[in-house]
Amino acid sequence: MAALISALRRAVQWLDHRMGMSALLPIVRKKKVPLHRHTVWYYMGGMLVFLFLLQVGTGVLLLFYYRPSADGAFESVQFLMAEVEFGWLIRSIHSWGANLMVLVAFIHMFSVLILKAYRPPRELTWMTGAALLGVCMGLGFTGYLLPWNELAFFATRVGTEIPGVLPVVGDFIRTLLRGGEDVTGATLTRFYALHVSVLPATLFMLMALHVLLVQRHGMSVPPSVERAGGARRSMPFLPNFVLRDLVGWLCALIILAAVAAFFPAHLGVKADPFAPAPEGIKPEWYFMFMFQTLKYLPAHILGVEGELVGILAFGVAGLVLFLIPFLDRKAARGEPGSGWSWVAFGALVYILVLTALGYLANPSA
Amino acid sequence: MSHAPDDRIPRAQADPGAGPPRGPEGDGGLPGDTLSRKRFVDVLLGASFGGFTLAVAYPVTRYLIPPENVEASVSAVVLSLKPDDIAPNSGVIFRFGDKPGILLRTPGGEFRAFSARCTHLDCTVQYREDLSHIWCACHNGHFDLNGRNIAGPPPEPLEAFDVNTRGDQIIVSRRT
Repeated sequence: MAALISALRRAVQWLDHRMGMSALLPIVRKKKVPLHRHTVWYYMGGMLVFLFLLQVGTGVLLLFYYRPSADGAFESVQFLMAEVEFGWLIRSIHSWGANLMVLVAFIHMFSVLILKAYRPPRELTWMTGAALLGVCMGLGFTGYLLPWNELAFFATRVGTEIPGVLPVVGDFIRTLLRGGEDVTGATLTRFYALHVSVLPATLFMLMALHVLLVQRHGMSVPPSVERAGGARRSMPFLPNFVLRDLVGWLCALIILAAVAAFFPAHLGVKADPFAPAPEGIKPEWYFMFMFQTLKYLPAHILGVEGELVGILAFGVAGLVLFLIPFLDRKAARGEPGSGWSWVAFGALVYILVLTALGYLANPSA
Repeated sequence: MSHAPDDRIPRAQADPGAGPPRGPEGDGGLPGDTLSRKRFVDVLLGASFGGFTLAVAYPVTRYLIPPENVEASVSAVVLSLKPDDIAPNSGVIFRFGDKPGILLRTPGGEFRAFSARCTHLDCTVQYREDLSHIWCACHNGHFDLNGRNIAGPPPEPLEAFDVNTRGDQIIVSRRT
């Protein structure tokens, strides 16, 4: 045993002489996490890293059986669910994990937004974070189509038509997304390429930049805690915070495994381009508030097509969200009581109410 | 041997007749307004870089734009349905080329056909027997039996087709 340990130590030394990783150790040891009543929100970022790695792992496994074609996609997923041992488990964890990842990303974003962690010098951290949320939703949207079922088919028809209503560039963007005029097998291969390579690679690079910026500036202490004064308490990142992170990750994995076992992802009916859109069609829940808004808008608002107004409004809202570190001047100066907290709160309430309506309102009323 | 700034040595060797000492702001250019060697290399490298970027970006962009659909748009189709297959107050989706169309029979027994693509966001519409008109499930759009958008978000009517019955055949054609 002792011989084994000393051999291991020598191996680590050998590696360290060549890689110099031990230079990082003092930096990691020095890192501290502030302790106050909002500390719990600091765990969301690490949770997202874990969920991303889980999606990569399960996603790679799914690639072993998936066939990206209009003729074969649905059947290959069916085969995976019915014949492949634990195929249902891998796909269900991937599907539920994606939902959890978007949910945690939203929680992460709103906690940062409401606690104003985007104040200088963390503007870029916020902007990379907002971009990461966009990439996450893009991954959700492209992944949704891959099983090539009826719901996904129409969700993609609607989703790719949305940029199509934009003046001038709309048609071009829609054709580029769909790989043609309509949603066909060409759309499927495009979404497949985006989902398994372009978007994960983008997410990985943005995430690396985001984490690097968090390391550079340290964790933001909320203004309310800063103003309250008093002794600053903190805990070491290593091992205290990392161990708590690990517990959180383990809990997430257990919850996902349980949900996957009790509510396996379903597959539905194969997409048929010549069937009417089914009653009660819905997008993924995180697009629901936008979907429901488009349902309520009248055909024309002040002579402009209603959907164009809605889409532009969401575009502007997204831009405001992205640029909020530069818009919230009061918070940047460290002054209390900027109205942006109320805007953030209002946006949260709007999203929650419209999402609830999407699930509760009668689809044909 | 002491190190002078890199760009001085070769230039001094290469320009034996360079004349008066260079001013502090001079970047080592030749006298007069002749392009300096450093500037020339900068421009050359910059242009090469720009050219290279374009040479990569152009084919990639063209690659990503899908080729035009060569299939000519259809002007008329003969359905595989017989008039008796469709009861009054019902509708079916049919293929109009590579696009869906909807054939319906009014409660009065008349045949009508429209493009089945909702003018709102491109979902496929259906005939609602309980409402006796056309409905889109995606965003709750309603169209009357003439294809006019009567409720919900659709901004325009459905494109109407002509329906002709010849014996047992139903022929749907685009309006000219």
